[in-house]
Amino acid sequence: MKKRILMTAVSTLTLALAAGAAHAGATFDAVKKKGFVQCGVNSGLAGFSVPDEKGVWKGMDVDVCRAVAAAVFGDSEKVKYTPLTAKERFTALQSGEIDILSRNTTWTVTRDGGLGIGFTGVTYYDGQGFLIKKKLGVKSALKLNGATVCVQSGTTTELNLADYFGVHKMKFKPVVYDTADETVKSFEAGRCDVLTSDQSQLYALRIKLAQPESAVVLPEVISKEPLGPAVRQGDAEWFNIVRWSLFAMLGAEEMGISSKNIDSMKDSKNPDVKRLLGTDVIKHGLGVADDWAYKIVKQVGNYSEVFERNVGMGSPLKISRGQNALWNKGGLQYAPPIR
Amino acid sequence: MAHTTDSDSLPSRPPPWNDPRIRAIVFQVLVTAGVVAVGVYLVRNLLHNLEVRGISTGFDFLANRAGFAVNQSLVEFDESSSYGRTFVVGLLNTVLVSALGIVLATILGFVIGVARLSRNWLVSTLAATYIEIFRNIPLLLQILFWYFAVFLNLPPPAEALSIGDSVFLTLRGLYLPRPVAESGFGWTVFAFAATVAGAAFLVRWARRRQENTGQIFPAFLASTALLVVVPLAAFLLTGRPLAWVDPQLEGFNFTGGLSVIPELGALLVALAIYTAAFIAETVRAGILSVSHGQTEAASALGLRRSWTLRLVIIPQAMRVTIPPLTSQYLNLTKNSSLATAIGYPDLVSLFAGTTLNQTGQAVEVMAMTMAVYLTISLVISLFMNWYNARMALVER
Repeated sequence: MKKRILMTAVSTLTLALAAGAAHAGATFDAVKKKGFVQCGVNSGLAGFSVPDEKGVWKGMDVDVCRAVAAAVFGDSEKVKYTPLTAKERFTALQSGEIDILSRNTTWTVTRDGGLGIGFTGVTYYDGQGFLIKKKLGVKSALKLNGATVCVQSGTTTELNLADYFGVHKMKFKPVVYDTADETVKSFEAGRCDVLTSDQSQLYALRIKLAQPESAVVLPEVISKEPLGPAVRQGDAEWFNIVRWSLFAMLGAEEMGISSKNIDSMKDSKNPDVKRLLGTDVIKHGLGVADDWAYKIVKQVGNYSEVFERNVGMGSPLKISRGQNALWNKGGLQYAPPIR
Repeated sequence: MAHTTDSDSLPSRPPPWNDPRIRAIVFQVLVTAGVVAVGVYLVRNLLHNLEVRGISTGFDFLANRAGFAVNQSLVEFDESSSYGRTFVVGLLNTVLVSALGIVLATILGFVIGVARLSRNWLVSTLAATYIEIFRNIPLLLQILFWYFAVFLNLPPPAEALSIGDSVFLTLRGLYLPRPVAESGFGWTVFAFAATVAGAAFLVRWARRRQENTGQIFPAFLASTALLVVVPLAAFLLTGRPLAWVDPQLEGFNFTGGLSVIPELGALLVALAIYTAAFIAETVRAGILSVSHGQTEAASALGLRRSWTLRLVIIPQAMRVTIPPLTSQYLNLTKNSSLATAIGYPDLVSLFAGTTLNQTGQAVEVMAMTMAVYLTISLVISLFMNWYNARMALVER
């Protein structure tokens, strides 16, 4: 759309106008100076980033930014959000419009290598799946030959889709939209037989249907989609802060520290806990206060709290932890030691 | 009037800083140098920033494998095609919707514009209502309306509206039988080409005869009839060498046959209807610009009403109509980029959207896209200027 082209053009122009080199620490310095974190999020994806009825942004991706703000400013509310479509997200980050891209974005080598951005970690291990109308009676993705598939533009989903059908010698017709809303609307109208996206999104999109039970998610997961926050290259300090904000939440869960019990844990004799809470001062060199992790857990919560509240059993999505369980509970989530 | 022409009383040559010619040149050089300097500064800065941030640059990406699919392509395209190919596909889709849109909008616009001037109250009121409604609603809303409220409310493939089991209309698109030429069809094509040449000759002959003798030969009617009859005769004589493949409902969708996707339909309808409202007003202005005296003079000469319109009014109205018409054509072409709202794979949606996002090379992709719109617009402008010069009143 015109506005979008304009935005891209302006971003391109910003890139042309931004004088001088981005020296190390440029983003971090700029964030400290302006007093808030500018966070690029999805314009509306239940469980990940969506404004509630009061206009307050909620979701896992949102909580990542809140955690960073808690670490940097000691206040998780010092975040401003920029809702982005899949198409706009990288240009927005590259041009400096946002400081963190936390928008259910898949970590891939071309994005790390060629776009001038870096992924700091994985907030959610996801995989691509298919949502289909129940009445078609299809039980497996391998029976989708000849189907019309709705997909969002500019995503890894679009690429995996073509790969999957190619490998299995099946034909399909894609219908490509800019936003999740349009995709769901046209799936509901019957423009396509199948909607494909990351599985977490499929559950989130399904509850948007007039009759959610009229559609089912097929069992096949056709790709690896590690979703995580990304920052611009060239500022190692900022990269570290974003990376360790996530690790602090994971570490807290592993040690059994939550926003509810964190104040009582302050008396703990466990050296790991003491280091995390900053009661035992370590030279972390992140450039933030000693009690940065305490602030994160106190204000945002540990990983488990964030997960359950947004996409887990405490949410309408009711997604189980699965691959996102901690490493010692059969999942993939693992944080390096905070010491 | 001594003060105007007496050159001796003027200084033979003013000092250079007061010479308007030299001053004009100096200022132009300064402005040009300034613009070039800013341009060079921007480009250098851009390249520097891209390098510092580790963003790939250059046009090498165009040769890389795209790896995604497109739902409408006028040229061969599959997942193994390159990003460069997505550019071609997007470009052709933009040209397709713009060209069809221009034709439809022009026809509709002329009809409505003439209807607006009709003496029949109902007809002129209907035309006026049409213009006021469609001119005043934002185009994006109209596109979304046509797509989500009209085209996506057609029946699903299983309950398709059909004409004689060969034409099907569904929310997945319009499906038509696909013609397949068999041996001997070349004769029909040849007959058609020969008739076109013959018709051109006939028109010239008729004009010469009219100039020489004053007698009129209905060349237009005659050549139209020939164009239908001769190829048809050749077609029938060679034993109807054309097969039709009907679309069949197979699995999820119709296969075989030709298909028109609803995204194209919705975009085309919205663009044509919206732009036609503006064209209608342009046409009305053109016709009204020809004074009524011309009509009266024509009928005093005994010209028929239809001839008055064709030979007196329209040629003069065209002079006024063509320049704003050009602007409308340019608008329509540029507005076609709203396709991205409904997923029609035009240049902006496909190349400046998906390709930009998959490669991350915003600068190169946006530059190419802008260059394309500029080129298309300039081509339309050039053509319309040429046409305008041809239609302009030749003053003697």
